[in-house]
Amino acid sequence: MASSITILLDKCTGCTLCVKKCPFGAIHMANKKAVIDMAKCTFCGACVEICKFKAIEMNKEAGQKRDLSAYKDVWVFCEQKKGVIQSISFELLGEGKILAKKLGVKLCAVILGSGIESKIEELSSRGADKIYIVDHPALKSYQDDPYTEVLVKLVFEYKPEIILCGATVIGRSLVSRVAVKIDAGLTADCTGLDIDEKERLLLQTRPAFGGNIMATIITPNHRPQMATVRHKVMKEAVIHKAHKAEVIRKSYAEDVMRSRTTLLDIVEEIEETVNLAEADIIVSGGRGIGAPENFGIIKELAKVLNGAVGASRATVDADWIPYSHQVGQTGKTVCPKLYIACGISGQIQHLIGMQSSKIIVAINKDPDAPIFKIATYGIVGDVLQVVPALTKEFKRVLKK
Amino acid sequence: MDYLLNEQQTMVRDLAKKIADEKIAPVAAHYDETEEFAWPIMKILADSDLFGVYIPEEYGGLGGGVVDMCVVTEELSRACGGIALGFAGTGLGTFPILLHGSDEQKKRFLPDIAKGKKLAAFCITEAEAGSDAGSIKTTARKEGDHYILNGTKQWITNAGEAEIYTVIAITDKTKGARGASAFIVEKGTKGIDFGKKEKKLGIRASATREVIFTDCKIPAANLISKEGMGFIVAMKTFDSSRPGVAAQAVGIAQGALDHAVKYARTRIQFGQPISSFQGVQHMLADMGTQVEAARALVYATARMVDSGAKSVAKESAMAKMFASDVAMKVTTDAVQIFGGYGYMREYPVEKYMRDAKITQIYEGTNQIQRNVIAANMIKESLKK
Amino acid sequence: MNIIVCIKQVPNTTDVKIDPVTNTLIREGVESVINPFDAYAIEESVRLKERFGGKVTVITMGPPQAENALKEAISLGCDEGILVSDRKFAGSDTWATSYTLATAIKKIGSFDIIICGKQASDGDTAQVGPGISTHLDIPQVTYVKKIEDISVNVAKVERMTEEGYDIVQTPLPCLFTVVKEINTPRLPSLKGMMRAKSAKIIKWTADDIEADPKSLGLDGSPTRVVKIFSPTPRKGGEMLQGEIGDVAKELAELLKDVVI
Repeated sequence: MASSITILLDKCTGCTLCVKKCPFGAIHMANKKAVIDMAKCTFCGACVEICKFKAIEMNKEAGQKRDLSAYKDVWVFCEQKKGVIQSISFELLGEGKILAKKLGVKLCAVILGSGIESKIEELSSRGADKIYIVDHPALKSYQDDPYTEVLVKLVFEYKPEIILCGATVIGRSLVSRVAVKIDAGLTADCTGLDIDEKERLLLQTRPAFGGNIMATIITPNHRPQMATVRHKVMKEAVIHKAHKAEVIRKSYAEDVMRSRTTLLDIVEEIEETVNLAEADIIVSGGRGIGAPENFGIIKELAKVLNGAVGASRATVDADWIPYSHQVGQTGKTVCPKLYIACGISGQIQHLIGMQSSKIIVAINKDPDAPIFKIATYGIVGDVLQVVPALTKEFKRVLKK
Repeated sequence: MDYLLNEQQTMVRDLAKKIADEKIAPVAAHYDETEEFAWPIMKILADSDLFGVYIPEEYGGLGGGVVDMCVVTEELSRACGGIALGFAGTGLGTFPILLHGSDEQKKRFLPDIAKGKKLAAFCITEAEAGSDAGSIKTTARKEGDHYILNGTKQWITNAGEAEIYTVIAITDKTKGARGASAFIVEKGTKGIDFGKKEKKLGIRASATREVIFTDCKIPAANLISKEGMGFIVAMKTFDSSRPGVAAQAVGIAQGALDHAVKYARTRIQFGQPISSFQGVQHMLADMGTQVEAARALVYATARMVDSGAKSVAKESAMAKMFASDVAMKVTTDAVQIFGGYGYMREYPVEKYMRDAKITQIYEGTNQIQRNVIAANMIKESLKK
Repeated sequence: MNIIVCIKQVPNTTDVKIDPVTNTLIREGVESVINPFDAYAIEESVRLKERFGGKVTVITMGPPQAENALKEAISLGCDEGILVSDRKFAGSDTWATSYTLATAIKKIGSFDIIICGKQASDGDTAQVGPGISTHLDIPQVTYVKKIEDISVNVAKVERMTEEGYDIVQTPLPCLFTVVKEINTPRLPSLKGMMRAKSAKIIKWTADDIEADPKSLGLDGSPTRVVKIFSPTPRKGGEMLQGEIGDVAKELAELLKDVVI
């Protein structure tokens, strides 16, 4: 099975468009002709597309097409913690429904836990046509081994063509293991899912290089096609109380439920701050607020808006606020409905963490601050004056 | 300009620069404000092996010389001249042992200094003996297998923080200049005490204190070289350490200059950045040229010292005098370029100006340096 | 204790910019660095060595230039570096990458702990670490923010969760992926840098590690990239001008529906 890519030297004019286009730096010029470094080429095809002279020829051997017709249905792994279904699961059920419709198959919810019978109704109301439920004390809290074993067994028995899972701490750990065990393709952190109906393929779109480029990925020859999705990217499934699902209860032998690791304790660190990654509204402070005590006015505004407090790396490095508030490439990636950036210049490392916020408001005294280029609303001014004014106005609007 | 550093020196410079940029620069203003000693930075320098760059390999160092020491001092000083003194002051305190110590003494003290486990300090200045170093009154009386030290040293860099003190004291009052000797005293020895930390104009992160000897009893094995060699040890020490002061001055000047150029580019007045005005451009040009000239003199001198040249007093004095005068001028000009902002403590340049002043004063005032230079020039002329 | 740390050399994403004219990544002058999360993995490995004694082997799968990343890791305290490099690995997705690394680790022999960074800053998948542990069939703990203790063949660690952390106990050998909260990476020391300079990196090809060719590179990758494109750049919106009081009023009105 050999894929090949060749530069047609008689057509290549040395224009270097392909060199610039290649996201992997695999092309360079030698004697005014393009040369592809096969050690770096991933056959993504970007160069083929951009070449104006059709001088690049790529043959992607699809290999023996396996018979994948036995695989049907869209599965959503529904994560539960302490018996509460995490809202990411509802978002996946919402998206899963759309995908299932396009494929003409069923939407199935998969839930593992202990004492979770009551969850069936909730999952039914969210649109699941089928619910696979495995209820066992060993599954009460997430552990890699039993969850992986159970999910693998379910997959082998029921052969889903797609599995969606939340890109959470649990989700990422679980499906990475499952994908390797069942020899499946897994794409992480998808921001877009679609179906190529002709080929019955899941088109998985995700960011790379910190969000500087987007890649669309497929799993042509392996099933199931697995993808994790971040919180707040898809829309939650609407609740239809009357909807009924077919329930399949599975149980497995004790050795399946064994775990090499032991969960000794679950520690919750409750801060007055709302969980940053989940927040719908975030007010963030940067170096421009001037001094650590000025986070007070940031917190005030956040409190009025019922939002979380974020911070730029500069303020965290200067010890003005703990690292758990840091938004950015080396901090948290957030996706709120509203992000208010106060005294933040908008360096790319920070933008990577918040640029998918729906509405961005930027307040900075420097009119040339890069953040204004991506802000929905920009205010040039002194943060220490603007923010309290905003707090006052929002209090009025919210009648607080 | 490329000073043709060898591979190791380039590595040393890059590492020192990284530490300066990532670890020292962010906290420089804080330490200047609180005047605490930056022990966390000393730990980072120790872990990075930088303390040993000028110490021979056989004693746990990296086997470099004065060039290496200057490279480190310059890079650290670009971020903060005061914090850099934890390193440079240790160098000054170490040279007496390095240049004149016995193998036993080197084995005893150098490894811990190379590892950054112990800092050092050099004690010669007294209240009544600054430029007139010959007038020191601290005495060292021999008693059997020991020496008893009595007296007070003033304005000693790293005093109280360092573990190792090299001290110049009078062993024979009758012999005048030949009556002084050099000793090694360890902190914790009974009879060595420290005064309060001095409050200074600049290099506030550097600890400056009196060192008080009251019947301080040290083993005779702590005498460096021979009795009577004290001033020679001191002079030779300065020959090696003055390029270091010069390097500190160059670092401080460069740091201020970098800030000034950046500011001039971004400060808009009369509708344009002030860097587009010839008046400012000419100032920057002069500043840049002066700093580069000072740097060239520093490294030429340092290389000369490392090559084992017999007489380096004149050149060391020239480097120290020139670089420190340049530093004072450049940092003052940097404040001027910042205008009103330059005067505000919120902006970094006023600190550089305050820090630069000391380089014209310590390790021999620039007036003394001029004496040394002239004396050497006349001596050379006589020989011709 | 035998510790293996897996690292990846990545382009410095802080430098990566999009050319506004061609809408493509500007690659010139973008330096390659050790993946930021791996710096924490290296630091933790060296700390474990300092605490418990033993050896740290750093391994990477990459092009020949990845040797620099290994040397940097050695300057930070790792003892030995292994570069797994072969044209046959080109086009590997996370399945093939974790298979390749696991196979190479099998060749290294016995180990107590494998440490990986949480994710790589170019791919951002966080899949390779768990993939390796699954190929090797060893337990794993991901998102480790503290290694509390290691005693005979058992480790107790803190795993970061969205709400706080879990305390997990795992038998050895095992694999950890670590997050930034776990430590502050040290700077290289001069002695380390000199050791790195003279260090001989072990180089393995696909044949050396006896890998199954069907599981390597493009052929071994279930996923395929079919398209690369620039995200629609976010455009700037409007600047609100005026007196602070008025601007604040205006913004509050504009966002009324969002905040309620």
